[in-house]
Amino acid sequence: MIAALICVISVAVFLQFFVSYSRSIIAAYRKSDLSEQVREVVGIEGQNVSSDQFGQLVQLIRLCPQKGDDQTDLKVVGVYYWMMSALRSAARTLAPRVTSWAERERADCAYFVAVALDRRIAHSRDLLAQQMSNS
Amino acid sequence: MLGPFDYALIVLGLMAEVYVVVCLCASKKHFLYLSLNIYMLAAAGVTVAQVVVLQHFGVASPVYAYMYYYTDALLTISLFFVIMSFYQQVFRQMGVGRYVRWASFFLLSATALFSYLVVRQMPSHNLTSRFVVEMSQNLYFVGVVLTYLLWGAVVKLRETRTRLIQLVLALGIFFSADAACYALRNLFPGLEANFLKWVPPLAGTFLPLAWAYTFTKISEDARLETARVALPRIAAHQHS
Repeated sequence: MIAALICVISVAVFLQFFVSYSRSIIAAYRKSDLSEQVREVVGIEGQNVSSDQFGQLVQLIRLCPQKGDDQTDLKVVGVYYWMMSALRSAARTLAPRVTSWAERERADCAYFVAVALDRRIAHSRDLLAQQMSNS
Repeated sequence: MLGPFDYALIVLGLMAEVYVVVCLCASKKHFLYLSLNIYMLAAAGVTVAQVVVLQHFGVASPVYAYMYYYTDALLTISLFFVIMSFYQQVFRQMGVGRYVRWASFFLLSATALFSYLVVRQMPSHNLTSRFVVEMSQNLYFVGVVLTYLLWGAVVKLRETRTRLIQLVLALGIFFSADAACYALRNLFPGLEANFLKWVPPLAGTFLPLAWAYTFTKISEDARLETARVALPRIAAHQHS
């Protein structure tokens, strides 16, 4: 009985901490604006990124040279996006408010990847410029 | 016998632990995170000691089992001091540090006593080993409760230090994953072989990695609104 209680509470608390941890990583990227170039490449209008563009953005980011400091962030946010997609599907008929919240979270995840892509493109440009100046 | 994945986790965790210690020693904020630094140093020492015992006696030996559970319990207790230091940081302006210390010591003693009383009722000859396993499970759960209360205080007091927020959240993930694992082991022993055996090493690697990430990427001056991070229900309470 005690083990069952500990299990239920621990799993619930784990999910809450994981969600908050992921949101703390995403929030840091939310402050950055997207460059015109990334918006053109991905087909984004304004500053909002559609949640369904997450997969496309992840594919694009794999094509860019690694910047080295965003790999862990991308993994955590990838797991969070997957969790929110599962929650959205599960709550679609039962809880519309939860569904819309999960959808907003997915859009934030997509925005996060778009900012990471933007930074990687800028990093690649810097590398190219360095190479050009050295040769 | 441990596989390559186990060794990879051990090496990764050890590197992150040493990195955090070096990072904190090099920074000017060494005394602010003193207990965290001591914990990381102890964790690195325990990892090395566990590998040495593992090489000499094997993973199935009672020596390794004793070594694992006793050092795990000691590390968890030292992690309580880390939680206390976080509480002191959060409640610094309110001047309630003394009460936090007493409450934590009381909780720790009560956990040990409760574990002993539970084990004493069991018809087992191996009282010492049962006690340490039971106490580990209870310590992790107390850790979950303490971290959750700390997180509640962070949200209510609108703590904005990003570094502190991320350190607390990573600690919460570590404690809750381990507490859930211990409880699931008791409920479904069959899950141990395929699934549960991976949870403690993964959680044990996650914590130093997450803290290394925080100390590397998040500056001491970085600020974050807790309303952006907490779950909507908690954030709603905060605004009301």
